[in-house]
Amino acid sequence: MMAEKPELMPGTLDLLILRTLKRAPLHGYGIAQSIRRMSDDVLTVEEGSLYPALQRLLLQGWVKAEWKITDTNRRARFYTMTAAGRKQLGVEVSKFEQMVEAIGRVLRDAEEAG
Amino acid sequence: MNGPGYGLRKLKLLFGREKFSGELDEEMAFHREQMAKELEDKGMRPEEARMAAMRQFGNTTRMRERSHEVVGFRAETVAQDLRYAMRQLRKNPGFAITATLMLALGIGASTAIFGFVDAALIQPLPYTQQSRLVDVDESAAVFPRTNISRADYEDWKKMNATLQSLDVYNGSGFLLRQGSVSEPVQAARVSDGFFHTLGVQPILGRDFRPGEDKTGGAKIVILSYGTWIARFGGRRDIIGDKVSLNGDPFTIVGVLPRNFAFAPRGGSELWVPLLDKNPCEQRRSCHDLDGVARLRDGVSVSQARADLQKIAGQLAIQYPDSNTGQGASVQPLSEFIVGKVRPILLTLLAGAGLLLLIACVNVSSLLLVRSESRRREIAVRGALGATPARLMRQFVTEALLLATAGWGGGIVAAAGMMSLLRSMFPKNVAQGAPFLDNVRLNAHVLIFGGTVAVLAMLLMALTPALRLAIRDIHGALSEGGRTAAGRFWRRLGANLVVVELVIAVVLLAGAGLLGKSLYRLLHVDLGFEPSHLATVQLMMTDPTQQKPEQLRELYRKIDARVAALPGVEGLGITSDLPVQCYCDTDWIRIPGKPFHGEHNDVMERDTSAGYFRMLGAQLIEGRMFTEADDSTHPNVTIINQTMARKYFPGEDPVGKTIGDTKLSPKSMRQVVGVVADIREAALDNDPAPTEYFSMNYGPDAFFAMAVRTRGDDKVFLPELVKTLRTISPALGVYGEVTMEQQIAGSPTAVMHQLSAYLVGGFAVLALVLGVVGLYGVVAYSVSQRTREIGVRMALGAQRSAVHRMVLKEAGMLTVIGIAVGLALSIVASAAMKSLLFGVRAWDWSTLAGVGSLLGIFALLASFIPARRASRVNPVEALRAE
Repeated sequence: MMAEKPELMPGTLDLLILRTLKRAPLHGYGIAQSIRRMSDDVLTVEEGSLYPALQRLLLQGWVKAEWKITDTNRRARFYTMTAAGRKQLGVEVSKFEQMVEAIGRVLRDAEEAG
Repeated sequence: MNGPGYGLRKLKLLFGREKFSGELDEEMAFHREQMAKELEDKGMRPEEARMAAMRQFGNTTRMRERSHEVVGFRAETVAQDLRYAMRQLRKNPGFAITATLMLALGIGASTAIFGFVDAALIQPLPYTQQSRLVDVDESAAVFPRTNISRADYEDWKKMNATLQSLDVYNGSGFLLRQGSVSEPVQAARVSDGFFHTLGVQPILGRDFRPGEDKTGGAKIVILSYGTWIARFGGRRDIIGDKVSLNGDPFTIVGVLPRNFAFAPRGGSELWVPLLDKNPCEQRRSCHDLDGVARLRDGVSVSQARADLQKIAGQLAIQYPDSNTGQGASVQPLSEFIVGKVRPILLTLLAGAGLLLLIACVNVSSLLLVRSESRRREIAVRGALGATPARLMRQFVTEALLLATAGWGGGIVAAAGMMSLLRSMFPKNVAQGAPFLDNVRLNAHVLIFGGTVAVLAMLLMALTPALRLAIRDIHGALSEGGRTAAGRFWRRLGANLVVVELVIAVVLLAGAGLLGKSLYRLLHVDLGFEPSHLATVQLMMTDPTQQKPEQLRELYRKIDARVAALPGVEGLGITSDLPVQCYCDTDWIRIPGKPFHGEHNDVMERDTSAGYFRMLGAQLIEGRMFTEADDSTHPNVTIINQTMARKYFPGEDPVGKTIGDTKLSPKSMRQVVGVVADIREAALDNDPAPTEYFSMNYGPDAFFAMAVRTRGDDKVFLPELVKTLRTISPALGVYGEVTMEQQIAGSPTAVMHQLSAYLVGGFAVLALVLGVVGLYGVVAYSVSQRTREIGVRMALGAQRSAVHRMVLKEAGMLTVIGIAVGLALSIVASAAMKSLLFGVRAWDWSTLAGVGSLLGIFALLASFIPARRASRVNPVEALRAE
């Protein structure tokens, strides 16, 4: 078996996808690759779980999908961020930062108390 | 929460579901290929790379399902579950049908009984603010509730401070003449405010007005709705019409609403004001009325009782002769009307509930067995990516399907059972229980059935779900069977069977005791021969024909005409037939014995000369009446044995005199004979002291007749009625019934019969279900242990030893079930003591009978699997796995 991977915090997958798509439209594999690369292979998720998340983003209208031909001449579905998605990314980022800060505070307090 | 256009996009996807699936699969496949390619580029072998990519990607099926869940509607997965559950049940129709039938039976029985409980105990009586209505009567030392006398009623009404209104009623009868046909009809006499107190408004015409019940008032009548329709064609212009009752013209002033029913006078067709005082009502000591009252706001029943007790005490001081020892009885009207059926209904409901429980337990153990055989299927589905929650939902869905089917079947069964049960009540009993009309499938009943079905569903969903939740899926996949968990669950199945057996024992014991009570009741010593006895009620309605000499002449005429009919062995005339009521009582005093104003209550009956001989009553000593015992001779009396024992202990009563409480000379009578006790009141009433007088001494216009026939008494009845009708047009002839019908149809017998039959029915079903359950568990245990048995045999165990081993297992379960069941039945029977007659709750013979009956059936049920176990072929058994 592989080594255990750190589990993603709930909801962060959406954030990562949106962040990745901010730069350029990508297909699912591309998104996974990009997340892997950007996080130095720390945040390797079960890559299949991208797809349920992508369906959710599609339904919310934060991304759009389009079938295109890749450089290797394969058909693939490319995801593009929408204006609503851009707005949502802002919301998600600030939510995430708030949470990280809150957790950080708790950890600091715990250290001082200990 | 959801962004704009969310619902629309979701809806669009609903209609492009196939395209969605195809595209999703395509892009996921693309993803995996790309991953594999990347790994190959790093130097992995193609096959290895493909596997690694698949691992890295995760469970494709689960991803697909989750994606579908995102875009799908909740109902879609529910529909999927439903389809799957249907397929499961169709694949196994035997299970589905058995489970549904069992549930339908349990739900049906309990819902049907609940229908009666609802109508009698839950639905309010059809009166305005019925909770404020009370039954008001007098009470005496021996009788907590007796009739109220008219004079006492009038005083109570004036003096009380706790009642908004107090009214009285009593039964009556008229000969109603319409055209040339005269027919006796039941009626009630009521005080002027009776309907106002109940809060009932006539739908046509008007209520009685205050003062209209006074002596000498106008003759007016209010019709019951049914009578208005049946006898007067429902004519709306009926108000003001005259109708001839006993030859007097009465003016119709009103018609009661359709839903009006007053149980104590259930059969009354006509309602008339009290008007003139009958001879009884002219005396304060004669009690012939019943009271109903509405409490003042804020007054409790006990406050009203205390108030009336105080008044009764004052009256006792004021009128010591008549009122010494007379108190007041006040109870909620609903208690008076349905109090007697409550223990019966609650017993039946408990019985039906037990039956339901046994059915659920049975279905649960079936599900348990099935879940055992479905372990692999569940494990496979789990491995393929079904989440535990989804699997759980699948069980709930299956249970839901079963419960819904059971509920549907149960409601249909309940409707059938309710109408069947209603038809089992004879008319005379039904009239005293108007709630029977409200027994139907109403919202309460449907909700009850639904609640029961939901509970059953939860039970059925939990059993296999719990069963599987504990197991680890990998273990089941690799192999299943002889694990610790398997043993635990087999024990649970066994425990469930013990529960079933216990319930079966409790129901059987209850049925046994009720059956024995019924037998004792119907075979109680009557003191006379009830077979071949035709009876009929008679009344001379013409007031000009009611002088003593005229009535004596009428008796003689009737005697002669009926005696001349073919097939008549003997006949007698009496004031009250046997097995009727504890009624027509009087207070006596015996000269020469100490007397302190106490009420020596005895029943009075007038009988003709041949009456005792015809009944087959046994004369202990002295003589019978003769035709000569009339008012020209000194008054004489025959007393029953109970009276002789009570008032003349250790003496010879013949020749002694009895008088009224004042020993007034005109009341004195001499005892000329003692007759063995005749059951005059209800079957379950102990014989009471009774005095018999000669019919000829004080003839009455109301009387009854009994005829001993040689042939079938039922066939004779119509002929008897026809003959009597020819004697005089003013002679009302009604209530013709044979004595055996009268006994079997008496409310006491009917109630005992119904509860015995119903609990008996439940018990038989419980026995069958319990035995089937036992069979199932033992058979399942044998099938699970085939390998073990094979090993035992291979090691040299004898077939007979295997046989014994299985029987022993079944025997243990049975013994535990019977022992616990018998202990619980004693408790249960003690709780229904009020329904038992002549039987104690710990009736050993019944309990022993129930124990052996169940034991025999259990033995039969375990014999087949034991035989199968002993026939196991060790070679095959060992090879099988």
